[in-house]
Amino acid sequence: MLLGRIHSTESFGSVDGPGVRFVIFMQGCRLRCRYCHNPDTWKTDEGGKMQSADELLDAAERYRGYWGSEGGITMSGGEPLLQIDFLLDLFRKAKQRDVNTCIDTAGQPFTREEPYFSKFRELCGVTDLFIADIKHIDPQRHIELTGKDNGNILDMLRFLSDIGKPVWIRHVLVPGITDDDGFLRRTAEFIQTLGNVRKVEVLPYHSFGIYKWEMLGIPYSLRDTQPPDKDRVANAQRILRSAIE
Amino acid sequence: MSNNAWRGFKGRVWKEDVNVRDFIQSNYTPYDGDESFLEGPTEATDKLWGRLQELQKEERARGGVLECETEVVSRMNAYGPGYIDESMKDLEKIVGLQTDKPLKRAFMPYGGIKMAEQAAATYGYTVNPELVKIFTQYHKTHNQAVFDAYTPEMKLARHSHIITGLPDTYGRGRIVGDYRRVALYGIDYLIEKKENDLAHCGGGNMIDKFIRLREEIAEQLRALRGMRKMARIYGYDISRPAENAQEAVQWVYFGYLAAIKTQNGAAMSVGRISTFLDIYIQRDLEEGTITEKEAQELIDHMVMKFRMVKFARIPSYNALFSGDPVWATLEMAGIGVDGRHMVTKNDFRFLHTLEDMGPSPEPNLTVLYSSRLPENFKKYTAKISINTSSIQYENDCVMRPVWGDDYSICCCVSATQTGKEMQFFGARANLAKCLLYALNGGIDAKSKEQIGPKYLPFTGDILTYDEVIEKFDAMMDWLVELYVNTLNLIHYMHDKYYYEAAEMALIDTDVRRTFATGIAGFSHVVDSLCAIKYATVKPIRDEDGLIVDFETEGDFPRYGNDDDRADEIAIWLLKTFINKVKGCHTYRDSEPTTSILTITSNVVYGKATGATPDGRKAFTPFAPGANPAYGAEKNGLLASLNSVAKLPYEYALDGISNTQTISPDALGHTEEERVNNLWHVLDGYFDKGAHHLNVNVFGIDKLKDCMEHPEKPEYANFTIRVSGYAVKFIDLTPEQQLDVIARSAHECM
Repeated sequence: MLLGRIHSTESFGSVDGPGVRFVIFMQGCRLRCRYCHNPDTWKTDEGGKMQSADELLDAAERYRGYWGSEGGITMSGGEPLLQIDFLLDLFRKAKQRDVNTCIDTAGQPFTREEPYFSKFRELCGVTDLFIADIKHIDPQRHIELTGKDNGNILDMLRFLSDIGKPVWIRHVLVPGITDDDGFLRRTAEFIQTLGNVRKVEVLPYHSFGIYKWEMLGIPYSLRDTQPPDKDRVANAQRILRSAIE
Repeated sequence: MSNNAWRGFKGRVWKEDVNVRDFIQSNYTPYDGDESFLEGPTEATDKLWGRLQELQKEERARGGVLECETEVVSRMNAYGPGYIDESMKDLEKIVGLQTDKPLKRAFMPYGGIKMAEQAAATYGYTVNPELVKIFTQYHKTHNQAVFDAYTPEMKLARHSHIITGLPDTYGRGRIVGDYRRVALYGIDYLIEKKENDLAHCGGGNMIDKFIRLREEIAEQLRALRGMRKMARIYGYDISRPAENAQEAVQWVYFGYLAAIKTQNGAAMSVGRISTFLDIYIQRDLEEGTITEKEAQELIDHMVMKFRMVKFARIPSYNALFSGDPVWATLEMAGIGVDGRHMVTKNDFRFLHTLEDMGPSPEPNLTVLYSSRLPENFKKYTAKISINTSSIQYENDCVMRPVWGDDYSICCCVSATQTGKEMQFFGARANLAKCLLYALNGGIDAKSKEQIGPKYLPFTGDILTYDEVIEKFDAMMDWLVELYVNTLNLIHYMHDKYYYEAAEMALIDTDVRRTFATGIAGFSHVVDSLCAIKYATVKPIRDEDGLIVDFETEGDFPRYGNDDDRADEIAIWLLKTFINKVKGCHTYRDSEPTTSILTITSNVVYGKATGATPDGRKAFTPFAPGANPAYGAEKNGLLASLNSVAKLPYEYALDGISNTQTISPDALGHTEEERVNNLWHVLDGYFDKGAHHLNVNVFGIDKLKDCMEHPEKPEYANFTIRVSGYAVKFIDLTPEQQLDVIARSAHECM
């Protein structure tokens, strides 16, 4: 039986897709975002708990009564696309149970190479919504912020646009890193080229996750960074949302 | 009778006999629309509310009490008319105060003269010695009578806090008169009906129960005449039915005013008046004699009065029920037996008072919830909840089958059939302490006194589930019997010395009585039993060999995570307790019920209770009501709600109270998301059969800031829901503020 490496679950996800959702946080991520608030989900081969799709869906369905017509499950993490075989199995079964499905991803594992690409395409068939996080629009800055290139990430968004799969775009606003009108406008221009974006959300940077870095003994490089003020958040929202209006 | 007062009203049954429910069902107009029809406050409302806020500020500045009566014993007609402000009295659309001045606390000695004296003294007032003499030497009070009859064992149990919150020093409350009857029928008709009851009571057969009932009906008749006179002081003739909306609101309020002038009950509920009053407002709107603005003004002014209800309390009472609550509980919505929802425009108006005049703990606005309520109404309540944290929700779908579709909430969360039923309310049994007594052979480890029976204590090195359960069960037998008997005694004396004539005059003579017990320390007992069953718990003994602490090794399931292993123990505990209560004789053939509801007394109870095997430290607060223990919830809000929802309401007909605090960010990014997520949560929770939910929406930073800067104007009316009621955060004791913060901290993560 296929098992997934699961970090944890949350019965009440209210900001992880439409409506009230059961959120499954998957273990493992290759990005090393400097502001990550879940660094405990980074390791891919240890930590978490091995669970089957049915086990997770049984747990999720205990909350079906709270979902209404919009809610469902959201795979988050960590990076769910790293465990694509398990994800596919889980979502196929979710669809058999008539459960709305959503993936919250940074897109890093995406590639058009086989066999991944076929699996991804099949996954799209059982996924109702992608929530994609654009960490940084500039390739070089993206590497500085996350440790990886963003070429394949933007490519994933193009692919999702080509097949008309609904997407929400998220962008974390970090003063001194992403909060720059030039970068924001470039991000907006990119979003404008996509035809499938239903919503753009600006998430103000916060430092609630620091304690996890400390617990794990990893140095936190944004210690001096403050959350953006309201005006800057509003500014970013204005710029990015103009792309889909 | 009264063709003009009843013009246009449909139906037959209610015209032939007192039957307000039938009147409502025959005449109300369900409303499916949204809140766009609502009107803002009138100039008069703004002026009066402004004045009242000044008075409230002054009250707070004086330590919580503006003024205490020391010369006049509170009665229905002890005073002439009183107004919020004499110079603005013409602005008051709804009139009537408890005393001659706003926020002045009446002198109410019948529950207990010592307490009345002490309450006044706490705030620097001295009661006229003549009055003290009268109520000490010439007239017995409820309190004295109870203490005359208490057994030594009862006094010990009371003093050791294994039973706490007994209504033996003040009015028991929880009796809701059907105040709507005053408006629909007028006092004269009600007198006629009660005179008829008296005439047919006992048939000359003078056995105890008829003698007593005859005397009670005579008291009720006296109260009805008193109400008529009281209204006349304000220039109104309530001998006849109300003829328009303003009169209907005023008449209903007069009925309630009679109750709060004569009783200082722990809970003085208003009842289910919203839909009833909508019928009158709707008729006036259709006749063109009132505008929406004027309709809102009537409701605003009535609510303003409910916000002013005050009683003089002693410090130990305030420690139990912090923040000056009176439980002027008022219900809205629900579904009728015929399947139509009962949401009316008036429900929106009552909720809208929280916008017109800002958040407020009173009246205790209660939405009788069902997922079948119209979506527009659900959205509006969710919005008001998010903005004010002032609303509680109760599941109409579990209550309706038991109490019908015209019940009221008589306290915090307990249902009662309006006008047909009264309740003998009484405190809580501290089951966490009972578990410790079971282990220590009835000795209270805190005081080293032998309080419970001298059963064999637990002597082993590791707690074994079966042995603990056996001992706990035996100790619970003792506790329940003592508890119920204590309540029997208290209610006997209350009926005799502090009878609620005003409320009972507005209830059928052939009344149904329930007997409401309660449980404290619920989640700690459940988790402790889980620890004993699934982990290794070693008792730690002090120098006298008493178990005072525990060392727990290993993981164990906890209540609040939707884990059936723990939740089944919770259900077992509830069933075991209520079945024991049902085995006892209860006063006046009352039907025993129980609640898992602590009010803010979870702090006081916890303070009196040693460490428990679940890891709770000695003398720290319990979780309130049926809430899972602090920090026990590991799987988020819905898992916690699922656990509470599993407790079967049929076994706790007096209510299962749950209080949840959600940070706005955790509820959604935008107002629309927050509103939709909240009502979906309510739908899901109540469809699972849960009974009650208090919803708070704020961040912990706000609480901390409010505690540090209570003087900030934005905190003057900052209201939060605590177990069973709403309260202004700044009115809680510092200890309880810290408790709320500690409890909210993990929930807000």
